[in-house]
Parts: sequence; C-alpha cells; structure tokens
Amino acid sequence: MLNLFQHLMKTSPVDGGPEPKAIGDKQVQDDDGITEMTDLLSKFDPLIQERETLLLTGVKDPYALVMEEVKSPTVAICNGKETILLGTYNYMGMTFDDDVREAGVRALEEFGSGTTGSRVLNGTYSGHKECEEALKEFYDMDHAMVFSTGYQANLGIISTLAGKGDYVILDIDSHASIYDGCAMGNAEIVAFRHNDVEALEKRLKRLPEDAGKLVVLEGVYSMLGDVAPLKEMIRICKENGAMTLVDEAHSMGFIGDNGRGVVEAQGVIDDVDFIIGTFSKSVGTVGGFCVSNHPKFEILRLACRPYVFTASLPPSVVATAATSIRKLMHSGNKRAHLWENSKKLHQGLRDLGFEIGTPEAQSAIIAVIMPDMERGAMMWQALLEEGLYVNLARPPATPANMTLLRCSLCAEHTSEQVDQILGMFEAAGKAVGAI
Amino acid sequence: MASREEIMAKVSELIGPFNNKGVELKEDTTFQGDLEWDSLTVMDFVAAVEDEYDIIITMNMQAEIENIGQLSSAVAKLMDD
Ligand SMILES: Cc1ncc(COP(=O)(O)O)c(C=O)c1O
Repeated sequence: MLNLFQHLMKTSPVDGGPEPKAIGDKQVQDDDGITEMTDLLSKFDPLIQERETLLLTGVKDPYALVMEEVKSPTVAICNGKETILLGTYNYMGMTFDDDVREAGVRALEEFGSGTTGSRVLNGTYSGHKECEEALKEFYDMDHAMVFSTGYQANLGIISTLAGKGDYVILDIDSHASIYDGCAMGNAEIVAFRHNDVEALEKRLKRLPEDAGKLVVLEGVYSMLGDVAPLKEMIRICKENGAMTLVDEAHSMGFIGDNGRGVVEAQGVIDDVDFIIGTFSKSVGTVGGFCVSNHPKFEILRLACRPYVFTASLPPSVVATAATSIRKLMHSGNKRAHLWENSKKLHQGLRDLGFEIGTPEAQSAIIAVIMPDMERGAMMWQALLEEGLYVNLARPPATPANMTLLRCSLCAEHTSEQVDQILGMFEAAGKAVGAI
Repeated sequence: MASREEIMAKVSELIGPFNNKGVELKEDTTFQGDLEWDSLTVMDFVAAVEDEYDIIITMNMQAEIENIGQLSSAVAKLMDD
C-alpha cells in the first residue's frame, strides 16, 4: 500500500500492522477436525511491544491518568497531588460556570437522565431545539443540527454530503473524524499539503469541472495550534466551484470578535457552506453540531446516518450547552484574557529554550516539540510530578512523526498560574535535559 | 502520449530525490517496505508525480498501489482517460 491511507486509520497507532497471513495458513485443522481460531488481536502485537518497551524505561503510562477530583476548570487532583490542568481544551472554562451547572441540574430534574431515543424518533426534547436555536443565534445562521459528538458530526456530514462520484479535498493534517467521515462515504478523496494554498488550487483545477466537490478545512489545527489561511482558501474554492466545510472545534468561543471562529476572524464566514463544531471544548460539555445557511440543509436530518441511528444527548447536556453558548456570545473580556495567557505562555516557553509549533501564539494551543517519544514521555511525567498536566501527542496522530507536549490554555487560568506553569516547565525541562 | 516504459523511467527519476537509502528501483520495489517512506514523503512524492503529468492520484487509488510498477500502470491509465 502506498500508505497515504494510513491517515484514514489514524486511530490505529500501529503502522499498518503485520501483513495478513496467506489464506492457506489461516485455518489450521486439528486432528479432531476443529478449526483453530486466528487471534484477531495479534495485529496489535507491535503496539503492545512498543508500549511495554516504553513502560520498562520507568515512565508512567501517559494514557492511563485518572483525575481523582476536579476542583475547577484549571485544577484537579491526580495521584493525590493538586495539579494545574493545561491540556483539557476547556478554553473558556465553562465547565464550572454557575448558570451552566444550574441549567443542567434543572433539566436533569425536569426531563430525566436521558432521552433513550434517536433525534428523529423520541429523542428530540424542547432542550434540543433550544440548543439549536442558541447555535443559530451564536453563528447568525439559518440552520443548526446537534449531534451526539463532534466526531459524529464530521462522520455524518462528510459521508452524507459527498457521495459516489463526488470528491472530498482535505488537508493532509485533518482530524481523525474527518478522515473517518471520508472512509465511511463513497467519494474520491484528495489530500493536499498542510495549509498549502497553491497545492489546494492545483488539485481543484485538475478535477472534473462538473463533479461535486467538498473542501474540508479546519480553522485551528489541533496538533500544532496553527491557523489556516482560510481567506485565500475559501476564495479559491469558490472560484473553482467547490463547496466548503470548516471544522472550528478549536476556535469556537475564542477566535473572532463574536467567538465564531477563524472564519469570522478572516472575514469569510458568509462564504463557507458548513461549519462543524463541538461542545467538548469551549462549550464545556459533550456534543457536536453543524450550522449552515443552505436552504436544503434540514433534509440532512433524515439522510445522515450518524444523526439518525444513535441516541440523542441527555437533557442536562443540551441544557448546559445552550446556556454556555449563550454566555459565550458575550465573553469578550474572557477572550481577551485567554489571548493574553496564550501569548505569555508562548513567549515564556520560547525564552526558556523550548521549540514551539508556531512562530507566535495563533490560538490557545501551544505545542512544545520534543525530540523523541522517550524524552517526550519523560518530560510529560516530570511535569506531572511538578503538578502540571499537559497532553502528550505522538505519531501517527501528529504531523511529521513529531512527539508533542500540547498545552491548551483556559480563560480561567490566572496570570500567576501561567507564571507557575513556566516555572514547572523550567524545572522539568532541566531535570530531563530537554533545555 | 508517454508509453508505460517512459512513465516507469520518469517515475524512477522522480523517486531519486526521495531515495535516501539508494535502493535499486525495479517494477516490484515497494514504497513502504523497500523505500521505507513515511506518509509525508509519500505525499511529497505523489505530488511530484501529479505535477509532472497534471493528474490527480486519489487516496482511493493510492490505497491499491504498493510498488513502482503498479504506480506506473495507474499513471498510464490516468493519462489514457
Ligand atoms: C478538529 C476536531 N474535530 C472534531 C473533534 C471531535 O469532537 P468531539 O470531542 O465532540 O467528538 C475534535 C476533538 O477531538 C477535533 O479536534
């Protein structure tokens, strides 16, 4: 396999896995005539091995951390120790907002713990409609469709929009949910180099003029925290007759004057056809959505399988989401503080000698590039021992096989906490020889 | 119109800058196994082939391609269409 398709399987951290056995060895018959089973999990042996090797070096499993207590959007107890949270995507700190929690409690009491049904059957309560109204107002758009997760929103919208004979054109560094949406549909998939305007344009021009085309972009790319040149890209898509979808998972609530995302900040929100987003970051709960001005948008509710064939969000969740979204409309001061925090952390880490994924803070994600997985894991653990949680990201989810310590700031981090964080990075970095 | 042999020769030429290990290039040389390319290298190389012939090799097609011979045939077919 040329193996670009390995991106479609980004969720599997093993490179391709072992070659499938030839048909001949697959079924071994015992003397008693019983066919021996082929262990389907043996394809994960290389991953098991890699994990064991890493754990043998003495580092804790970075993917098995338990938060024993959560005190606020920025502080939790991990391994009995008070820990500053710097890797939660809880950008606007809405998880402990009083109004948000109160709305959730009220909905839980009035509507019960769950809907036990699909949005198109018994699973649409007034809270779901209210949540979609809040989204329509937030984005100033005609239509909003709420999914059970952002992952399912991408899966559903991409696979439903782009059918057989259509083309999906995407950035090579797209999120797993975008690749999975492509894999689930029947369209032809064309990838272009990350954030490369010219590469996108060349490809669009080579596609058949009359074919349906969907270009999928992200406002902020979550691995390095870099922003896409949407202004140029959206213009080129228009010129070449392509529809556009922008995933604004990491910018909602924060980027743009009204927090509508990079599309707003770059002045192209009226030119994009679909915006996808999630409630699991700035909104502070769980769920996903798509908003659009397309006059035929509502029909997707009947055609989109990841919308139809799953239960809707619980009443408490949509109530917290709607309340949070409405508060995010008027959070200009918090946005300004989050920018200050992001710029301060970016500059501070650079001054300490760390290599950062972007030349300046472009979002609330500051990605520290580590030389390799082993030192990345050591640094991650040293930070945790200092009392700081960051996200450890590794190939193949990362671009160019990088190991990253991804920091995401919160509007609720105080400036003093950012100073503390920088102190912890200095101590841990020196302890493991990373600076 | 380029013949399959000409395409194969051109493809081998385009592999040059990415062939860090100096692997001998034959019909059945595989990109992943023999050349040991990671996905970024694959993308850059595919872009070079696409630019050379002004074609698009979709990811769907790429998934079926393992070696130089298969790639050359795929390019030849795209040129025919
Ligand atoms: C760019 C992007 N899209 C979609 C998602 C999926 O969001 P959710 O957590 O709601 O499934 C994420 C989050 O992981 C993301 O980073």
